Parts: sequence; C-alpha cells; structure tokens
Amino acid sequence: MPFEILEKQELVPTIYLMKISAPRVAKKAQPGQFVILRINEKGERIPLTIADFDREEGTITMIFQTVGKTTAHLASLRAGDELLNFIGPLGNPAHIQKEGTVVLVGGGVGVAPIFPQTRAFYEAGNRVISIIGARSANLLLWEDRMRAVSHELYITTDDGTKGHHGFVTDIVKRLLEDGVNIDRVVAIGPPVMMRAVAGVTRPFNVKTIVSLNSIMVDGTGMCGACRVLVGNETKFACVDGSEFDAHLVDFTLLMNRLAVYQPEEKIALERYKCEREGCLC
Amino acid sequence: MLGRQKMPEQDPAVRKSNFNEVALGFTEEQAVKEAKRCLQCKKPSCMKGCPVEVKIPAFLDRVAKGDFDSAIKEIKVDNALPAICGRVCPQETQCEQACVLSKKGASVSIGRLERFLADYERKRGAEIPTLPKPTGKKVAVVGSGPAGLTAAADLAKMGHSVTIFEALHEAGGVLIYGIPEFRLPKDIVSAEVEYVKKLGVNVLLDSVIGKIDTVDELLSEFDAVFLGTGAGLPAFLNIDGENLNGVYSANEFLTRVNLMKSYKFPEYDTPVKKGKRVVVVGGGNVAMDSARCALRLGAEEVTIVYRRGEEEMPARAEEIEHAREEGIKFRLLTNPVRIVGDGKNWVTHIECINMHLCEPDESGRCKPAPTPGTEHMIEADVVVIAVGTSPNPLVPRTTKGLEVSKHGTVIAKEDGATTKEGVYAGGDAVTGSATVISAMGAGKKAARAIDAYLKGK
Repeated sequence: MPFEILEKQELVPTIYLMKISAPRVAKKAQPGQFVILRINEKGERIPLTIADFDREEGTITMIFQTVGKTTAHLASLRAGDELLNFIGPLGNPAHIQKEGTVVLVGGGVGVAPIFPQTRAFYEAGNRVISIIGARSANLLLWEDRMRAVSHELYITTDDGTKGHHGFVTDIVKRLLEDGVNIDRVVAIGPPVMMRAVAGVTRPFNVKTIVSLNSIMVDGTGMCGACRVLVGNETKFACVDGSEFDAHLVDFTLLMNRLAVYQPEEKIALERYKCEREGCLC
Repeated sequence: MLGRQKMPEQDPAVRKSNFNEVALGFTEEQAVKEAKRCLQCKKPSCMKGCPVEVKIPAFLDRVAKGDFDSAIKEIKVDNALPAICGRVCPQETQCEQACVLSKKGASVSIGRLERFLADYERKRGAEIPTLPKPTGKKVAVVGSGPAGLTAAADLAKMGHSVTIFEALHEAGGVLIYGIPEFRLPKDIVSAEVEYVKKLGVNVLLDSVIGKIDTVDELLSEFDAVFLGTGAGLPAFLNIDGENLNGVYSANEFLTRVNLMKSYKFPEYDTPVKKGKRVVVVGGGNVAMDSARCALRLGAEEVTIVYRRGEEEMPARAEEIEHAREEGIKFRLLTNPVRIVGDGKNWVTHIECINMHLCEPDESGRCKPAPTPGTEHMIEADVVVIAVGTSPNPLVPRTTKGLEVSKHGTVIAKEDGATTKEGVYAGGDAVTGSATVISAMGAGKKAARAIDAYLKGK
C-alpha cells in the first residue's frame, strides 16, 4: 500500500517539509505522536514526528533535516513519488491541558514538532511563550506559524544573525530569573539542547517535558532499541514516550546510544552519494 | 527395520558464513523410501501428537506410492502452512515422539516429509481449494504470525470474509522477523502468506491495532475479532550495564538481521553491529538463532551463556547440535551479574557467576543458585539478551473489557473465547512465548469457535 507524496518543499537549507497522503493515519494523529516510514524495499525504518495533520484532507506533514542516507534520499523525492511504508500514529499524544503559562522551546528542526503542541496549548487557553532557535537566521523555521499561536515569541541564533545572540536556554533562564510565573516548559530539539533546558529549569523546580528521539526500529515496543533511562528505570521511548519528565532523563546515555551506528551511517551516506553523483574514488 | 533416511545438509564449515538454508531437504527417492517405513497403524498415535491434527498415515501412504500431489492436498486440509511446520516444528516432542517406531528405533521423519511435499508443491504452484459460498460475515484477525495466518486461512475456508491487520511492513510475525533465513527461508514464508491471500484473505500491513484502530472500533465493522498478537515484548535481565552500546535484545538483533536484512548492509540500509566476540544470554531457540546469526555476520567467537544445564535447555536438540557443529561455545550453569563497558559506553565484558542446580522444588523444576566466589569475566563487544518475551500490552490496554493475567497474557478459554464477547485469542498472546505449531493449533481451534459463534449470531 504505497503512500503518495503530495507536497515537498525545502523550507530552509537542509530542512524539508513533506506532506503525505495517509488517511488512516491522519484520522487518529495527535500532537506529540510520530510515524515510522520506509522509502523502498531495501530501506530502513526511520521515525519522524508528526508536524501537522489534516483529517479531512487525509494528510500528514513531516519536517525533516538531511543528516544521513535515508533523509538525503527522502529529500530527493518529489510530489507524485510514493513511500513504500508509512506506519502510525505511534507513541503517546502530548499531554495538553490548561496549565496557565507554558513555555515552548524548539531548537533547529525541533521547531516542527513543537508547533502542533504550541497550537494545542494556545487553543487550550494557556498563556503561550515560545522560544525558537537556530544556528543562523537562514536556518530558522516557521517563525510566522509559531508567532500566530504564541502570546510572546523569542528568537535566538547561535551566530547572532537574528534575535538574541546565543542559545534558547539563555531566554528560558532570563524568564525564570525575571520571576515570570511559568507552569510548564516543553522543549524539543537536539539532546544537548534539551539537557541544557532541563539544567536551567531544575533549580527553579518548573515541570519540564522533553520528547526523546532515540534510535528506533519497529516503533511498537517489541525490541527496546529506543530504551532510555528515566528516573533510573528503563523505558521504551516508542511506547512509554516519546514525552518524558526532563528532570528524570539520563541524557548522557541517550547521546551515547544515538552514536551507536555512526560509522555505519557514514558508510551508507558515502555509498549513496557515490551512486548518485558518480564515485570520485 | 530400515533406518531413517538422512537429510542432506550444508557442511558446517561452509554454512557458518552464509545465510542459506542449512537443511537441504529429501530427494523424491528418499521421500518414498522414508514414507514406506510407516507401519500404517490402525490407531495412529502420531496424529495425537500433532496440534493441528494432520492425517499423518493417510498422507504418508500417498507419498509411499509416489503420489505427491494428493499427499500434499491431504495435509493442506488441516494445515495451511506445511512448508513452515515441516521446518520449525519440534517434531521430536510432537508427532514423531508419538510414532510407534520410536519405541524400538527411529520414528518416521514426518516433519521432513511434510516439508518435502510443501516444497514439491511450491515449485509447481499451489492449488487453491474450492471455497464455499460466502457467509456474509466479517472477521478481523489482529497479527499475521502463525496463529493469525492459521485462523485466517481456516475462517476463509469456512466462507467468512477475513481481514488481517499487521503492525509490521511484512506479514509472518516471528516467521519473518525472528526465525533466521538459514532455518526458514523468507521466500517460503512469503509463498505461504500468498497462499493464504489466495484463499481470499485481505492483509493490511502497517496497521498497529491500538493506535490506528482499537479493537472496539474493529468490532463496529467486523462480526468477530481474533487476537494473534503474540508475545513480542522483550525481557531484559535488569542488571547493571544493560543499556551500554552493543547490548541488544534478541528481538532487536533478529529483527535487524532477518526483517531488515542488515546482514546485507550497506546494500540494505539497516545497520547491525558485527561483534568479534559475541555473548548470547539464554538457552531457547531464540538464543540459538541469535548466536548462529552473529556467527554468520563474521564473529570470531560466539558464546552462549545459560544459567541451567544442557538437559534443561528449551531449544530443540537439532538446533543445539547445529550450533555446536558450527563452533558456537556453550557456558552452561553460568549467569550474568553485570555488563561492563569502556569509558565510551561500549560493552567490553560480561561478568558472570557459576550456578548449581539444587534439588527439584514442588513444581519439579531445579532452581539454579549462584555459587559465591565464582565471578568471572567474559570478553564481549556485542551482547544479545535472549531470556524470553511477554505479550505486548498495546491491545489489552486499549480494549475495554479484555482481561489479562498478571503476566500480561490474554485470558482465554480452551476454544479461544476471551472475556469480551466476539473477541477470541490464541497463540503466544494467550500462552506467553511457546511454539509455532501450538500457536497454529490455537488459531485452528479459535477459527472453529468463531465459526460456531457467527452461526449462532
């Protein structure tokens, strides 16, 4: 049952939007959930967070960054092409209710999964403060979309080309130190960034939720590839998460486990480039 | 008495570096000779040993006469998946154990003959039986493992409209992700699934029930539901170091190797760590499969660590024998206490302790106990934990009124009826991890019960 790509755009360099026709998945999708896809017969299964969904249109939108072979291959596909497998919605929906003031933090490509949650928190009647960051202004994602569902929006860039010169954590820290009454922080982005946010909010005892992006194979709880340590207990991110209490997560272990296949990932990407561009070696 | 025909096999020295099937199957001449050994008992005890009630003497008689076409038809009345059963059933504890010849010598090789016939038929293209008039009733089968495939095939042959919902991208359950190619070639599993489809069964892949639809939602569209969701949740040892890089559950390791074909990386995209020194923890078939896969990925040394003795190993004798021939080392009465890593979080050793068996307890089992002071290290750069699985809680958690035991297994009567009306279950989802053939037996019984339920509806 192939799944048609209805739309593909390069949003900013290396970050792509892809809209897939998948009516059965769209019918059930909730913010915070993810899908697993496989491009073709020889492909691997990769998890991608659902960035948006449209039940009437029967579509799922994902945002991804090209980091290796499969995402590079995905980025080379066009509207009208098909994916062989598209499984979801997986994982637990994000816990969204009226909390009061919620700070949503999205780093890099993490702005995409934070968006549907931001919108949901906004619609649930919360005061929404959003902080989005990127390495550089040209890599900043979805500023307009995020602004539309936020009461306050802060922008940070590592190189100072837009907004605050520095990291998203600088803003989180400033808000807390200024005495802003924050009921909940939700952070999605690279593990280093999520760990840093957890480190900032911990002394202030502000409930902080992160979404863990560990390595997955099946995504249904049958293998434990995605296992993480939370409060010293082993959890499977695909079925117990992917949301967890940031103050209980062992981020060092997460980062170590994310690096398991680095040599193989490099081989696969180089081989893919050789096939497409002709080998220089 | 004529001896058993010996089945040709790949040489251990050759096969340990390829994923091709180890056992090569009988020739036609061998099959006829072997079938002639059957005494055609008036009261055949062999049939009692078969969970799906194949009429063994009847099909053996036809093989003995060289009539392979009608022999395979005879099997298929009761068993939709003979190419699989002939390969992975533990016949030595089932039909063959019950064969009268086994009292004085070797039983008839029933499994190997079943396999021979299925392979013979597949080469020629399987014939589809005439199906009865459609009943107009619809049944949803959750899971496409041996239980689900059998239930679906039988229900289709009873005239019901059947749809299988499978979470993974390929049908077959453990037959496709768990049992390796060298024991059960995947094109054989695909051919058996195709046969079930030709009976009119609709197979929906990529469909995780509990997420994309709940069982309650299925019940609004279908007249009955069969749960054949298996026991796919891996158990870990809960010891220090289990989350180190290089430590796998057997499910992950085997899924990468078998389903995702990572032994062909980078032709296929899914990677797997190829260890030099691999330790597999456990003594079942899954442990044997993991160890033999690791060897074929190029490991220099593969060691199985098991806390009881060889007598107590749950793996099939034939598989233990095959593993030994290929050079797998066994450390029996040995149990891991922790897994040790280097500064970069990679596994380097597994620390074990010697065990001894005490007197059997009331249940008749010998509980192994550690011998203090015998701790020792075994070098390992990949560790595979194969100490069992339990049912995945996704379906019970999302189904109102479906009761489960404290072990997470679905509570079901002998015929598969659960605590929820119209919902039946069978296989590992009910028993916890067991055998392919017992799952098929459960699927068969449940199909009968569902048929009766639908007629009364």
